Amino acid sequence: MSYSDLQAEAVPVEPGPAASVRGRSPFRLAWARFRRDKLAVVSLVVLALMVAFAAMAPLWASWTGHPYDATFPKTALDVDGQPVGPSRHFWLGADQLGRDVLVRAAYGARISLIVGVVASVLASLLGVAVGTLAGFVGGWLDTLLARLMDLTLALPYLLVAIMLATTFQISSVFSSLTLTIIVIAFFSFAAFGRIIRGQVLSLKEKEFVEAARSLGAGNLRIMFVDVLPNLVAQVTVLTSLLIPTSIVFEATLSFLGVGVRLPMPSWGSMLGEGSDVFQTAWWLLAVPAILLLLTTLSFNLLGDGIRDALDPRSERLIGKR
Amino acid sequence: MTGEDDVLVAAEGVVKHFPIRQGIVFKKEIARVHAVDGVDLSVRRGETLGIVGETGSGKSTLARCLTGLHPVTAGRIFFEGTDITRLSRAGLKAFRRDVQMIFQDPYGSLNPRRRVGSIIGDPFAIHGLADGAERRRRVQELMELVGLNPEHYNRFPAEFSGGQRQRIGVARALAVRPRLVVCDEPVSALDVSIQAQVINLLRDLQTELGLTYIFIAHDLSVVRYVSDRVAVMYLGRIVESAPASGLYGRPRHPYSAALLSAASIADPDEAARAERIVLTGDVPSPIDPPSGCRFHPRCPKAQDRCTVEDPPLVPRAGDPSDHVTACHFPVEPGERLARREAGIAQVSTDPDLPEAAP
Amino acid sequence: MLRFVIRRLLYAVLVLWLVSTLVFVFLHVSPVPVERVIGGPRATTDTLAQIRRNLGLDQPAIVQYGQWLGRLVRGDLGDSYVNGTSVTSLIADRLPTTLWLVFGAGVLWFVGGVATGVFSATRARGLGDRVATLFVLVGLSTPPFVMALVLLFLFSTELGLAGIHWFEAGPPLQEHFLQRMVLPWIALAFLMIATYTRLTRGSMLDVLGEDYIRTARAKGLSERRVVYRHGLRAALTPVVTQFGIDLGALIGSTIVTEKVFGLQGVGQLVYQSIALGDTPVIIGVTLVVTLFVVAANLLVDIGYSFLDPRVRLA
Repeated sequence: MSYSDLQAEAVPVEPGPAASVRGRSPFRLAWARFRRDKLAVVSLVVLALMVAFAAMAPLWASWTGHPYDATFPKTALDVDGQPVGPSRHFWLGADQLGRDVLVRAAYGARISLIVGVVASVLASLLGVAVGTLAGFVGGWLDTLLARLMDLTLALPYLLVAIMLATTFQISSVFSSLTLTIIVIAFFSFAAFGRIIRGQVLSLKEKEFVEAARSLGAGNLRIMFVDVLPNLVAQVTVLTSLLIPTSIVFEATLSFLGVGVRLPMPSWGSMLGEGSDVFQTAWWLLAVPAILLLLTTLSFNLLGDGIRDALDPRSERLIGKR
Repeated sequence: MTGEDDVLVAAEGVVKHFPIRQGIVFKKEIARVHAVDGVDLSVRRGETLGIVGETGSGKSTLARCLTGLHPVTAGRIFFEGTDITRLSRAGLKAFRRDVQMIFQDPYGSLNPRRRVGSIIGDPFAIHGLADGAERRRRVQELMELVGLNPEHYNRFPAEFSGGQRQRIGVARALAVRPRLVVCDEPVSALDVSIQAQVINLLRDLQTELGLTYIFIAHDLSVVRYVSDRVAVMYLGRIVESAPASGLYGRPRHPYSAALLSAASIADPDEAARAERIVLTGDVPSPIDPPSGCRFHPRCPKAQDRCTVEDPPLVPRAGDPSDHVTACHFPVEPGERLARREAGIAQVSTDPDLPEAAP
Repeated sequence: MLRFVIRRLLYAVLVLWLVSTLVFVFLHVSPVPVERVIGGPRATTDTLAQIRRNLGLDQPAIVQYGQWLGRLVRGDLGDSYVNGTSVTSLIADRLPTTLWLVFGAGVLWFVGGVATGVFSATRARGLGDRVATLFVLVGLSTPPFVMALVLLFLFSTELGLAGIHWFEAGPPLQEHFLQRMVLPWIALAFLMIATYTRLTRGSMLDVLGEDYIRTARAKGLSERRVVYRHGLRAALTPVVTQFGIDLGALIGSTIVTEKVFGLQGVGQLVYQSIALGDTPVIIGVTLVVTLFVVAANLLVDIGYSFLDPRVRLA
C-alpha cells in the first residue's frame, strides 16, 4: 500500500469547515462564551466604572476643594455638631469630623481595588509556586510543604491576622498598606497551593507528561510546557474569585482598626469610624457599604463568568438559559 | 528472519517493584507491588514482538521499563549492546531518540492546551534538531506520512477524532526516526472500525522505515496480525514465548491455551469445534503473588509440584528451540482442558475510557 | 482503627503545640510594649523596668518559653499581664457567650442552607433556583461586619424599620437572651447560609443524577420519597463534614460580630488583649480556638473513617 492510499483511507472523519485551518484556541472560545454571559459583562462594566471612580479620586478632591483628610467644621457640621447629609456641597454627605464622604469613598475605592487585586495575585503566585513545587518535586519537600499549608489553614486566621497587623504596625517595618496586603496574601495562599498541588499531582500522571518524558524532555520543560499551561484556566478562576474575598478581608481589618492606617480612608475604616453615628447619619453606613457590596458582588459574578467561560462543563450558577 | 546476533533489545531478569508507603511524616514501606518480576526477552531488528496478557499482568510496566521511563528495580536492559539501566542523564537523552513510545489513550497522551504542530514538533525542540520554518516543514511531512491533513497544523487535539489523535501520537513518535517503537495498546481505546486503519498504518510504516516494534495488547487477534513473535505475560512473568504461528497453533502453557480458547474465532465451523477453557477465580494480587508457578491457583492442570517449584522458561519436549514455556505440565496437542471447568468467562479487560468522538 | 485514632490525636497535639509556639515566638519578636500600657504614658524608666521584672519579661525568651510550656502541661495558661487574673478563668468567663453565638448561628445556617439548597436543587434552572442563586451570590459578597452593621441599623435606630428599637446591647446570658442573640446569629450565619446553599445544591444535584435515584424513581416511589429519603440522606454527608469543620473554625471568627453587637465573648477578649499586648491572654485564646478547630477536624476524620474505611490508609 502506498502513502497516497493511506491518505485516502485516512480521510478526516469529521468534515470540519475546510477554511478554518487555524485552530480555535481555548482562549478565543472562552472569550466568545464570556461575551454571551450578560451578568458577567455587566459586572465587568460596573468594575470598570469603579476603577474610573477610584482613578479620579484626586480629581474629586480638587473639584470639590475637599482633600480627603481635611475637615470642614463650618460647612460640613450643623449647629449641633452633627454631620450634614448629601447636599450641594457634599454630594454624599460629610462624616462626623466634617470630611467629604464622596472624596473619602473614592480614595477608599483605590485601597479596596489595590489590596484586592495585589493580594490575590500575590497569593496566587505564591500558591502556584508552592503547590507546583510540592506536587512536582514530591518526596520530603512535598510532605514538608503540604504540612506547612495544612498548618496555615489550621490557624485561626482572623485572630492571627489582627495580631500580625497590630504588632507589625507598631514596629512599622512596612507601610500599613503593604502590611495589609502581605497579611491577606499569607492567609490566602495555602488554600490556593493545596488545590494547585492536587492538580499538579493528577497532571503528573497524565500520559502526555509520560509522552514528553519518553521524548527526552527534562523536568523544567515538562513543568513549563506541559503542566503549567494546563493550570492557567484554574488559576485564573481561583484568582478572580479570591479578589472579593481579599477585599472583604481588608475591609474587615480596617473596620477593626488594624488594616490601612488612618487618616488614609478605606471603606472598612469609614464604616468603623462612622458606626457610632449611624443612627443620625445613615449615609455613613450606606455609602461605603453599598460600594463595598457592589464591588465584591461584581467580582464574584465576574469570577463565575470566567469559570463558566473557561470550563463550559461546570455548572452555570446564574444567568441565561 | 535475521540471525541471533542481530538483536536490537534484550532484557535480562528485569524486575520492577512499586513500594506502597504509609505514614504522615516518615513514610515506611508496608508492601510492594510485584509488577514485573523477572523477565527475559529479546527483540531482533525489524521484527515485531507482541506481548499479550490481562490487565495487571505487568505488560505496560514492562514497556515503560524498556523505554527507560521507569527505572528498573533489578535486571539489565541492553539496547544495541549498551545497558540502558546504567546510562548517564545525557546518555539517556540520546537513547530516547532511538526508542519511542505510542500510548494507549489518544485523549490523555496529547496535551489539550497545545497545538498539534507544536506537539508533533516537540521531539525536534527537545533534541534541538530543527527550528522555525524547518521544523514546521518536517512536522507537516510527518503529518502527511501518517495520513493527517498538514493544514491542520494549528489545530488543537480536541478538534480531532480518536483515530486521528492516535495518528498524531504516531507522528510524534516517528519524528526523531527511532529504531524501536514500543506500542502500548495503541488501538484498544479506538472504535473497532478505526483499529484496522491504525494497525495498517503501523505495519506500512514498519516496512517503509524499517522499524522494530514491541506491540502490547490484550486483543489476541490484533497481536497475531502484527507480530512475528508473541510473548504471553501473567502476573509479572512471561509464561510462554514463541513465533506467532507456533503459539497460536499449538499453545503449551495452560494460561495461553485458556486465553486463546476465549478469543473469538472468525470461522464458525472452527468455532463450533473449539473448546473453551474457563479460568476460575480472579488474578491474584501482585502485592502477594502465589508461590511456585504463579498460575497454579487457577490452573486446571496444577499439581503439588506447581505450588512449590517455579517452572523455568525453557523449550518443552517436542517444541522448537524458539518456543519456550514456563510450565511443568505443558498442554499436549489434542488435550482437552475444558471438561475440568466448563463454560466461558473471559472477563473483558478493556480499559475504562471515554467514548471516541464521532 | 485504634492506631488511626492515636495517630490523628498525636497529629492534633502537634498542631496545637506548633500554633501556640508560633504565636509565642511571634509575640516575642515583635511585642506590643505592655509595660507602657500598664504604667501609663508618664511612667519613668525605672517603673517600666520594675513592671517588666514583675511580669518576668526581663528573662531570656527561651526561659519564658520553658516556664510557659511547663505551666501549660499542668493546664495552667498563666495570668493576664494587665490585671493579673488567671487566663483560664478569663476565658471560662467569656467562652459561654461565644459558644452560644456560634451554636445558634450554626443551627441557623445549617437549617437555612440545607433548606435553601434542597429547594434550589429540586427546581434546578427554574425561577426559584435562580432567585436562590442570586441570594447566594449576594450572601457570598456581603462581609459579615457589614451585615451586622446593617442589621443593627435596621433594628436599633429611629431611621430603621419603622423606628423599631428591637435590639439592645447587653450580656445575653443574664437576661433577654433571644432578643440579644437573634441579630448576632443572623449576622454571623448569613454568609454561611449562602455557602451551604451552594454546597447542598451541588451535592444534591450530584446525588440526584445517580443511577440508584433513577432506579428509585423507576420503581414508582413518590418524588417526595425519592428526594428526601434517598437523595437528601446521601447528599448530606459532605455537607455535615464541612459543617463540623466550619463550626470549629467559626469560634475564631466571631471577633467582628461580638464587637458590633457589644457581646463580651472570647473574640472581644482577644481583640482587646492584642491592643494591650497582653501576651498570656492572646496565646491562651489562640490555643483554645485552635483546639476547637483541631477537635472538629479530628471528629470529622474519625467519624468519616467509621463510615468509609478507605480513608484510614490515606
